[in-house]
Amino acid sequence: MSRRQGVLDGTLILLAILAVWQGLYQYAGSAALTPPWATVRYAVDLLGTPNFWGHATQTLSAFAWSVAISAVLGIALGLWFGAFRFAGDVAEPMLASLYTIPKVTLYPVMLLLFGLGPSAKIAFGVIHGLIPVVLFTLGAVKNIRPVLLRTARSLRLSPIQTARFVLVPAVLPEIASGLRVGFSLCLLGVLIGEMFASQRGIGFLIINGINSHNVKLTTAVTLIVIVFAVGANSALLALDRRLHHRG
Amino acid sequence: MTRSTRILRARWGVSLGLIVLLEVACRTGLVPPLAVLPPSEMAAAMVELLTTEEVLANVAATFSTVAVAFLGAVLIGFAVGVALHGIPRLRRAIDPLLASYYSVPIFVFYPLLVALFGLGALPLIAIGFLAALPAMLIATLLGLDRVPPVLRRVARMHRLGPARTAALVILPAALPNLFQGIKLSLAYAFIGVIAGEFILSGGGLGYAIAYAYESFDNRTMYGLMLFVLLSAVVSNTLLSAWESRLQRRRGRG
Repeated sequence: MSRRQGVLDGTLILLAILAVWQGLYQYAGSAALTPPWATVRYAVDLLGTPNFWGHATQTLSAFAWSVAISAVLGIALGLWFGAFRFAGDVAEPMLASLYTIPKVTLYPVMLLLFGLGPSAKIAFGVIHGLIPVVLFTLGAVKNIRPVLLRTARSLRLSPIQTARFVLVPAVLPEIASGLRVGFSLCLLGVLIGEMFASQRGIGFLIINGINSHNVKLTTAVTLIVIVFAVGANSALLALDRRLHHRG
Repeated sequence: MTRSTRILRARWGVSLGLIVLLEVACRTGLVPPLAVLPPSEMAAAMVELLTTEEVLANVAATFSTVAVAFLGAVLIGFAVGVALHGIPRLRRAIDPLLASYYSVPIFVFYPLLVALFGLGALPLIAIGFLAALPAMLIATLLGLDRVPPVLRRVARMHRLGPARTAALVILPAALPNLFQGIKLSLAYAFIGVIAGEFILSGGGLGYAIAYAYESFDNRTMYGLMLFVLLSAVVSNTLLSAWESRLQRRRGRG
């Protein structure tokens, strides 16, 4: 595919999305959403207000904590399960089925354990984001080609050298994929937490907008969240692909 | 004892061990008794709740919503996947959308869906459907990608028509991916519907859990929660069992 055709197709898709958006507005009216251009303008205005940033900082800090905890804990658990094959085989399907349960029902438990406030949100983000990181890391370690380890042994690499030159490069791409999925799910967890029970944060802004019929606010905040999520995901995806296609 | 039975036993052992651990932690006050109910009481509460008319109505409401969203997502996701597979240029253009779809917290669309469809089951069906659709679509695309070209050539050699090629050659070859898509769709539809009920709706199991939380009725909350989690795990396990049975039969054939 030529580059120009790619740009053209991308532009067409974007225009199609805007057309659907405008169409929805025509159909459902201003009680449901605001049209694209007005929303973008309001969103830009919103980004200039300190009130918005007060909420955004709350969300971003809870989000950053839950990503950090998911990453460190997830990679550690994944490496451990991967290194002890039996533990890994026992744990993998259990984790996979934990991944498929509606974790939103567990939010009240988080609230009861951690109280209202940022820690419950962070914990809720972690239970969403942790599992994919563990599963991807575990898969990466399990699927290291044995020939790599044999080569390391035959070259008499020390354990540290083996880790540095063989193990880390072999598992890094998969772990990056896991972190990307974990990143998105942490955001989902934190936002749901704020939508359900919180007085601060982006999720609260959305729910507050709904309850006070402030359609302008809800649509603009939704747009900001989508742009942030898609932007961050695209950047991580590009990084992910570079790691996977490295020689 | 073979390795796989040992793994299975270890899995049961770990699960039971964790439950017993939680029970002991609750009974000894290690975990605040006001925060978490001991598992035995959760189970008792669940059994009691499932005999009441009101809870059964909620169960029926939630399950039927999930079923409609799930079936719709599987059928439409499959159809769109097949169509998209036939138009590579459109597929390449849509690919970035599919890749970042699940990074958007889908619940931010709930107010829009309520405005479009009104209150009631329809916006919940829509959110379950939207959560499940791309999983099936992506799985269909991957499944069709992985049909080995040699199989298509063999079909042509035997002069199979398009319908028989699809039924006898392509579908069986794409089946593992399709099954993965079906399993994920069910999980995502369930998650979407329960979360929608939980955050904003006025009915169903998700709402009942949120309501019990807000009225400090821990017993009801934990009973319902256990039921929802068990339903998710059981349905997923059943689909997996069906999947491995199909694959075994294919292996023999």
